[in-house]
Amino acid sequence: MASRIEIIHRKDGIDAAGLALLRRMKADLNLGARQVRVADIYTIDRELSPEELERCRRELFTDPITQESAVNASVSLDFDWAVEVGFLPGVTDNAGRTAREAVGDLLGLAFADGQAVYSSRRYLIRGDFTREDIARVAALISNPLIHRVRIASLDEAKVEGLAFEPAKVTLEPNFRVDEVELELSDEALSRLGGQGILDRVEADGREVRRGPLALDLPSLYAIRDYFRKLRRKPTDVELESLAQTWSEHCKHTIFACQLDEIDSLYKSTIKRATNEIRRRMGTDDYCISVFEDNSGIISFVPGFNVCYKVETHNSPSALDPYGGALTGIVGVNRDPLGTGLGARLITNMYGFCFGNPFWNKPLPTRKPDGGEPILHPKIIFEGVRLGVEHGGNKSGIPTSWGFLTFDDRYMGKPLVFVGTLGLMPTEIHGRPSHEKQALPGDKIVMAGGRVGADGIHGATFSSESLHAGSPSGAVQIGDPITQKKLGDAQHEALALGLYRSITDNGAGGLSCSVGEMAKESGGCYVELDRVPIKYAGLAPNEIWISESQERMTYAVPLENVAAFLDLYRRRGVEATVIGEFTDSGRCVVEFGGASVMDVELDFLHDGLPRKELTSNWTRPERPEPAFPERSDFTEDLTELLSQLNLCGKEYVVRQYDHEVQAGSVVKPLIGVDGDVHSDASVTRPLLDRFEGVALSSALFPSYGDIDPYSMAACAVDTAIRNQVAVGADPKRVALLDNFCWCSSDEPGRLGELKRAAAACYDLAVAHDAPYISGKDSMFNDFKGFDECGNPLKISVPPTILISSVGFVPDIRRAVTLDAKQTGDRVYLLGETKNELGGGEYFRMLGERADGRPWIGNRVPEADPARTRPLYAALADAIQKGLCASACSVHMGGLAYALARTAMAGGLGLDLTRADAYTETGLSHGAWLFSESQGRFVVTAAPERAARFEEALSGQPLVSLGTVTEDARLRIRDESGQAFVDAGLSDLKHAYKKTLDW
Amino acid sequence: MTKPTALILTGYGINCDNETRFAFEKAGARAEQVHVNDLIEGLKKLSDYQILAFPGGFSYGDDIAAGRVLASKFITNLHEPMQRFLEDEKLVIGICNGFQVMVKCGLITAAETPLGGQTVTLTYNDSGRYEDRWVHLAATSPQCVFTKDIDTLYLPVAHGEGKFFAPDETLDALEKNGQVALRYTFADGHPANGSFPENPNGAPRDIAAVCDRTGRVFGMMPHPERFLSFTNHPRWTRMADRLRREGFPVPEEGAGLAIFKNAVCYFD
Repeated sequence: MASRIEIIHRKDGIDAAGLALLRRMKADLNLGARQVRVADIYTIDRELSPEELERCRRELFTDPITQESAVNASVSLDFDWAVEVGFLPGVTDNAGRTAREAVGDLLGLAFADGQAVYSSRRYLIRGDFTREDIARVAALISNPLIHRVRIASLDEAKVEGLAFEPAKVTLEPNFRVDEVELELSDEALSRLGGQGILDRVEADGREVRRGPLALDLPSLYAIRDYFRKLRRKPTDVELESLAQTWSEHCKHTIFACQLDEIDSLYKSTIKRATNEIRRRMGTDDYCISVFEDNSGIISFVPGFNVCYKVETHNSPSALDPYGGALTGIVGVNRDPLGTGLGARLITNMYGFCFGNPFWNKPLPTRKPDGGEPILHPKIIFEGVRLGVEHGGNKSGIPTSWGFLTFDDRYMGKPLVFVGTLGLMPTEIHGRPSHEKQALPGDKIVMAGGRVGADGIHGATFSSESLHAGSPSGAVQIGDPITQKKLGDAQHEALALGLYRSITDNGAGGLSCSVGEMAKESGGCYVELDRVPIKYAGLAPNEIWISESQERMTYAVPLENVAAFLDLYRRRGVEATVIGEFTDSGRCVVEFGGASVMDVELDFLHDGLPRKELTSNWTRPERPEPAFPERSDFTEDLTELLSQLNLCGKEYVVRQYDHEVQAGSVVKPLIGVDGDVHSDASVTRPLLDRFEGVALSSALFPSYGDIDPYSMAACAVDTAIRNQVAVGADPKRVALLDNFCWCSSDEPGRLGELKRAAAACYDLAVAHDAPYISGKDSMFNDFKGFDECGNPLKISVPPTILISSVGFVPDIRRAVTLDAKQTGDRVYLLGETKNELGGGEYFRMLGERADGRPWIGNRVPEADPARTRPLYAALADAIQKGLCASACSVHMGGLAYALARTAMAGGLGLDLTRADAYTETGLSHGAWLFSESQGRFVVTAAPERAARFEEALSGQPLVSLGTVTEDARLRIRDESGQAFVDAGLSDLKHAYKKTLDW
Repeated sequence: MTKPTALILTGYGINCDNETRFAFEKAGARAEQVHVNDLIEGLKKLSDYQILAFPGGFSYGDDIAAGRVLASKFITNLHEPMQRFLEDEKLVIGICNGFQVMVKCGLITAAETPLGGQTVTLTYNDSGRYEDRWVHLAATSPQCVFTKDIDTLYLPVAHGEGKFFAPDETLDALEKNGQVALRYTFADGHPANGSFPENPNGAPRDIAAVCDRTGRVFGMMPHPERFLSFTNHPRWTRMADRLRREGFPVPEEGAGLAIFKNAVCYFD
């Protein structure tokens, strides 16, 4: 019989969580509550004596200073309405898991399998509300995909009580292994590929299928042919395993396909660029292992390499923003952790693309009858933000770099980019640490979390558009502490040399991790019954493909197995031998002594037929916005600073620990008040050395509305330029590509992809900046219905994110963008053209005039032949200490860069427009807001101005004026007439007010 | 000079152990990261060390309450050796989550004998949010070993449960005993008086750090180990720019190191 301990903050103290909900009810729902209090509830599903329960209540669950509590009774009836939110059975409950361990430790007793502690929260609300009001509150704090919710009025609570039953998973034992018939019509095969293996037929004749395999007909033909040769049918384990291994997510079938005349976009652009650059660099090549491993490895300083990976977690974040984003960040942590023999995690990055958080129109729905509306963009924003907060902060990894971008086309599917940089010694035990080699006879050890039904069909799921039938089983919640313990134990195991190879369990779970490592030894043999599971009842195919998080797979030589298992046990991490690497050339899986999978590795990894696709693209003709000419742009600038894409996001950054590990050099927020975004962050991975790593990124989805080539080209150029602005060496900037596309089966979208990829090649080669890793996500479409029930498709704008990782030779020479001292000279570097197309100024003007962004045609074009020497010259000047500040010009144009320079410095700028490098005939508005590439705003001390100008000689440079004491940004024309004259406090107010939550 | 050895506790989500170890080493101590289970299993002995550090982090994910579960594990298993460690007049420091662990172990108390149960707490920030920001601090304890010769400090905080809280009479006693070691202030040194964000969590009497009656056992919410280098300062580029122009050398050390140096000097 389960017991319950309920805890609440004393009424005479402050209930911060309650107050937070009270504020949110007011802000988001306009519901004014008199009081909100929060009770935490732990339901202990194990027999405990009253004395034991009381000891737990007193010593473990209750703060003696601030809280009161009760056992098996309601701790407070001080409410009009109560909302209790608990997890659905099988959903990761981190607090419950900790409580189980803590109760066991305190009382010195064990919990058997199936005995557990479940956490839930009860929100006690006072106010005159209807049940409908409270249901809206519940929707704010819960998600039907992972939570169960009970709403009760005080009277109902008195009669019925409040507590949930334990959220126990009860499944019948399931040893089922099906053979799957492939000798089917094309129609039936398509259904198999699209909806999955037939699980059962209900009494009413309805077919229940297990969820998409995402295999197309050619792939299914290839599988059928393979098993025809074997004269047998595939098992469900084999078919699911092939579907995972061949998924778009794992094999990047679109980037690898024959597209028109191109034999693999990936090989002909991204990889080709890197290969050519590496050849040219020769002995200076700093790439160590690129595109091969879980993250790209480059050299850092003698003795150490760094590795970097940026991932996306879009579809899960659309459904459960918190769990999706948390799983995303904790998941990408495992990429460096599983790179080579394993890296230490140094810093995280994030990038969020959301719909407008202030959206106030009806939300599209998944069902035609208005059912299942998509989540409001603000709920997605908050959930994703919190997921990345918990993932980074709880793991002790600083979140040193990130950005937010808004466009209503991200409303159906947000883009959630997450990345992690790792540090690894170049050698460990005399062996290069980036090489790994499982040998035949090595034991396969799985360590970390257990396997549950969570995340089944995750890899295939992200290859499909979201629709009404999307399996919510793909949603899961990360567990940063289990992973932290796993990572700590792994560092010790590495130092002791206990394992030979390693990879993480991500998409496809064991089927992919073991299958991948089996390539090293030439085969594998797995006994699925040995895999530790969270609860009984998982079928063999589920154990094999489950994506339960926080697991690594190791190849451990027989002689080290005992030491390895003992170390992990002492660190509180479960580790289990589940099989052996072989040289059989086969992937063999058994369950209960019977073979459930026996497939040649060659077929598993290379049997996938290549897609052949065609594309087309024509540059759209868009109306050229009628450009307003005015004599004063102060108001436009002020308003521009408050735009969602340009405004300050301190709200987000402050809640991310960006300083843990003590290596923070240039923070994400800088300036006198620490509230202006920098163009890049600088981190010092080794505290006893002065070299640093700079992280930055760029994306310009709205440029793609005009030309995807420009979108990608500007992203590369900006991601490099931002590095230069903080003092990184442009000769050593490496890049990562993340393509997030939509409808990638349409020739038009593929045409856009082709153009973007071409730009990626051209710009990387022109800058000698190699790609070291990348990832793509090709179907970011939402298919649903509008408020009238009409079918609706919301596709993200094709988006390419370029992330850059740069080398800072001496962090003591790093610069920040804030103006430093009165009297300093202000310079503009680079050429300014009429390039407002797809830019933020047009967006603002369009929204002001027509309620939607203007786009235009003159999109910024990157000109690396001109920018590369400029970047080199500026980097040199920075190294010589000649620059007081440097700010990269990108979104929002010159005016935005000048405003940031002034606001961050808390100093005025008195400037006069200078046109030596301006396209002729440019209006003041275009000059201020054009987003032309390749530009910087730099300030320099007057006594260094001559040397600075000399260092930049031959480069496009104009002097604009000086830094002033008075807190005004003033820009005049040649006649001395000011066309911008803004007080810094007004600018700062505009910059900060939008997301001042 | 004898070089003290610091035990830097690790495990279960502690995550500032590397930089805390670096801080002690830079300050002149030997330092060793020791997993809590190795202490419990007797593979390592508390008595072999002169300084015990509970580093920052997220032990057990802050589940139930920050520091609570690790405190329970630590004190359930290591009460005796901890008692002896204190009797031997050795040093204990807890930072952020480590401070939370100490408070919940009963190591920080106004009572004459520690480890007699929890008497003060660290609870949720008034903002209801985790915050990473730098704060100004004034040192106010006459006996605190760790803040000796320090007047003011500027350090980052990064926490969601950092509001030091106790009944008024306990706070009175702490003040009377000289146990309030650091308080939040404005940049000019005036008391923050609870004003946000100078006092980032709403702690009554602006309390940021507390020591025991002897001054040898010390817990603080701010992170001195995150300001070991001058380049950690949020405005170091501004300060360095000015110093260079005026012809002065730019310092390399951060002010947080002083806390660790004080610990090492104690053993001179």
